[in-house]
Amino acid sequence: MNALVDHFPALQVVVPMLVAPLVVLLRPRGLAWAACTMASILSFAIAIQLVQLVLANGSVGYLMGSWPAPYGIELKVDALSALLLLVVTGASVFALVSGRESLDGQIEAGRQPYFYAAWLLALAGLSGIVVAADAFNIFVFMEISSLASYVLIAGGPDRRALPSVFKYLIMGTIGATFYLIGVGLIYMMTGTLNLGDMELRIQAVADQRPVLAAAGFITVGLALKAAIFPLHVWLPNSYTYAPHMVTAFLAACATKVSLYILLRFDFFVFQGNLEGHALQFAFYLMPVAILGILVGSAVAMFENNIKRLLAFSSIAQIGYMILGASFVTVAGLTAGIVHIFNHALAKGALFLAVASFATVAAGLQLDDLKGIARRMPWTFGAFVIAALSLIGVPGTAGFVSKWYLITAAMELGTWGLPLVALILISSLMAVVYIWRIVEAAYFGEAPNEPAAPVRVSPLLVVTLWLAAAANIYFGLVPELPLTLSGDAAADLLSHLP
Amino acid sequence: MSAESTILFALILPLAGAAVIALAGRINANLRETVTLVTAGGLAMTVWSLLPAVLAGERPGVTLIELMPGVEIAFRVEPLGMLFAALASGLWIINSVYSIGYMRGNKEQNQTRFYVMFAVSLAATMGVAFAGNLITLFLFYEMLTLSTYPLVAHKGDENTVRSARVYLGILLTTSIGLFLPAIIWTYSVAGGGDFVPGGFLAEHIEGPAVGLLLGLFVFGIGKAAVMPVHRWLPAAMVAPTPVSALLHAVAVVKAGVFTITKVIVYVFGVEFLFSEPSSGWLLYAAAFTIIAASVVALRQQNLKRLLAYSTIAQLSYVVMAAAILKPLAEIGAAIHMVAHAFGKITLFFAAGAIYVAAKKTEIHQLKGIGRRMPVTMTAFTIGALSMIGVPPTGGFVSKWYILAGAFQDDNYVALATIILSTALNAAYFLPIIYMAWFMREDEAPGKEHGEAPWPAVLALTLTALLTIAFFFFHGATLELERQVVENLS
Repeated sequence: MNALVDHFPALQVVVPMLVAPLVVLLRPRGLAWAACTMASILSFAIAIQLVQLVLANGSVGYLMGSWPAPYGIELKVDALSALLLLVVTGASVFALVSGRESLDGQIEAGRQPYFYAAWLLALAGLSGIVVAADAFNIFVFMEISSLASYVLIAGGPDRRALPSVFKYLIMGTIGATFYLIGVGLIYMMTGTLNLGDMELRIQAVADQRPVLAAAGFITVGLALKAAIFPLHVWLPNSYTYAPHMVTAFLAACATKVSLYILLRFDFFVFQGNLEGHALQFAFYLMPVAILGILVGSAVAMFENNIKRLLAFSSIAQIGYMILGASFVTVAGLTAGIVHIFNHALAKGALFLAVASFATVAAGLQLDDLKGIARRMPWTFGAFVIAALSLIGVPGTAGFVSKWYLITAAMELGTWGLPLVALILISSLMAVVYIWRIVEAAYFGEAPNEPAAPVRVSPLLVVTLWLAAAANIYFGLVPELPLTLSGDAAADLLSHLP
Repeated sequence: MSAESTILFALILPLAGAAVIALAGRINANLRETVTLVTAGGLAMTVWSLLPAVLAGERPGVTLIELMPGVEIAFRVEPLGMLFAALASGLWIINSVYSIGYMRGNKEQNQTRFYVMFAVSLAATMGVAFAGNLITLFLFYEMLTLSTYPLVAHKGDENTVRSARVYLGILLTTSIGLFLPAIIWTYSVAGGGDFVPGGFLAEHIEGPAVGLLLGLFVFGIGKAAVMPVHRWLPAAMVAPTPVSALLHAVAVVKAGVFTITKVIVYVFGVEFLFSEPSSGWLLYAAAFTIIAASVVALRQQNLKRLLAYSTIAQLSYVVMAAAILKPLAEIGAAIHMVAHAFGKITLFFAAGAIYVAAKKTEIHQLKGIGRRMPVTMTAFTIGALSMIGVPPTGGFVSKWYILAGAFQDDNYVALATIILSTALNAAYFLPIIYMAWFMREDEAPGKEHGEAPWPAVLALTLTALLTIAFFFFHGATLELERQVVENLS
């Protein structure tokens, strides 16, 4: 058993990746889903184990084939990656367990094995990015996860997904290419791909122009992948037209993983070594974060398709994470990182609820959702809880992030005050766009009363309520995400001089 | 039961009651109402059982969880909170009796949701009353806003939903936009937010920042309805009358002024604020609200809206009394919370009874109604006299103490405000009383009617009696407040 524990960082990727080709072979109905779910649950269990190991030991390293670090491939799980692993695998489990009927309804039976194989590849890719400790493997996993997500998003019955996914593909490829160009430039200058090694070797060449160019390429490329405003245009349509459960899975974790690389790369390699980089980092990211928060929330206030509304809200929420990171302080980074976790909880639960509405309502425009709370009170109750968490009402997970973010902004002194105002104003904008949904759902006249009550899968309702309960639980007992993100923030900052 | 578990029980009981009410609602309406009454009775007994210990000087408390380092969910029963909790829980019983008469008499829809959310609101009120620090208070304050929203929007038609949007919009905007930053500011300068007798901000903040922080608190606590954040209260009048009576005359609005008083007494500290000139504006803001709201009330045609504006004025009495920053005035503030509660809930009960029996909502329709509904209108008269402050009603007692506090400080602004507003109160209440008793009904009267259903009449009789009884027996309240004031120095 002990021997197996040592291999967990590798197994985190290997399990879903090996199950993926097997899933293709499982033709009988439901089997592909079952295998995919099992693999996903196994990954989740591994992630939980890794979190415990990280909490106990600090960080867990792994050398592929026991080749020593700069030469062989190194995997590394520290507080930041453990938190991300929890988010990625957890989102996959929640979406799959609750999503059987929803996915059955949206994916043709014949295509299901391929679809679930792609799901596992996306999971493997996202987990791989998080555990990989060298720049090139990150790229490889990024490509695996991206290609698989294109398939997932286009896998549904909605033909409008195709142009959206094409846009995503083009922009995603540009992002990945930028990243690769940056990594290539650094490799040219330092001769290494291992991030830890790179941190040391780059010092000698830190003032060289290719390194500066690399920093630019990598930051912009990853910002594209992370849908940081104004490089977010691929996101709303992809999320809107993807199968509902795919949206639930990807909205909870996909962009956050790119954000993770951005933070990791920047703090490990650039922050401590490039002169004035911390300021550049702050001055590049803070304005886009602010704009993202305001524009994302504003568009969401006027959006009528609930999935697109929530997608624009995601752009604003990504802004919060970036804003926290752009402070380059322990409090700010903690706030940004803990929001990765808390937003995943809230948005994941919201999209699960949306998937549930979709089984009953004619469409996902607000008009279609009128009166839906009366028809599915339990589902909508869970939606309201998750929505309150998104707003940041006390007692929910979202409040913890807001509290930390505002405290971090206040620590900045006088020029933090406008930021406090910004955070509060955008919270109020969230109240507006959430309450439009709530009002329509509770008090709107249903367009046409259904002939027979539609049954929603009990598994979906239970999972949804678990997710909603998690929003409350981590709002009242936020120790785990806070410890992990606090450690992660301290760790990131320890790379600064 | 130890005091600690009693506190938690007082929070859990209404929530558990809400769950049982929801279940019972599926079976039988009588069972549902029985559960409501039992829960209300149980809550009152639980809360009142804490009273002897608090009167004896104990301050039982319990820490539930540590949310974040230094940020805890904790409860502590101190005299002010004890008073508020005892008031709200006691009146909930009477209000439940009234609700039964009102909701059935009116054949309202969704009655189960109504009773469930009412119980949840009471749980939130208990949380506000017993909160041991700012963050706990904020948690339950927001819970109270959210749990009363379905009650305000109860009718569900377009007009109601629009008003409910105003209600929620203003309360959430102020609390998230101003109250929350005030709390975070407090925590970040003082490193904590536990309520301490005498306050804890004195060494941490000074100069104009004090006035600013006080402003964030006062206007952030939108439930206190200090102008200009008062608009939600008239909007909330679209709710069924029992909601207006208990929540928008007692629980919600008193949660507002209670929180402001608590912030003044236990966060800033009275002496610190008194010595800090930048906090002086609060008195004027409250005085302005009193006068302005009374003038607006003069012009109202709708009875419930008139009562709402009267409430806005009366709430600012409490704020102004607290802002005089003198011991006797602080006592007056707390006593006024109680006295106004008895009087105003009676007035709302009467307005609701008139609506149930006669479907009348406008003031000019009330001519001669005293002859058809003598009990209701007697109670209304008593409530109105208490608002004006005529003995022997509770309103006189609180005005006495506020005036005494104002004299202590030679505060002529407060004195003039009280005198002027008393005149204004008389100017808008006395015509109604005159109309109801001494004028003839219009030529074409509405349908024939007598009194409202008996539970409603019983409830308003009880509260009217309480209004008078409070004039004679307010010893316990006084003792509680004396303890608060003692802690000031």
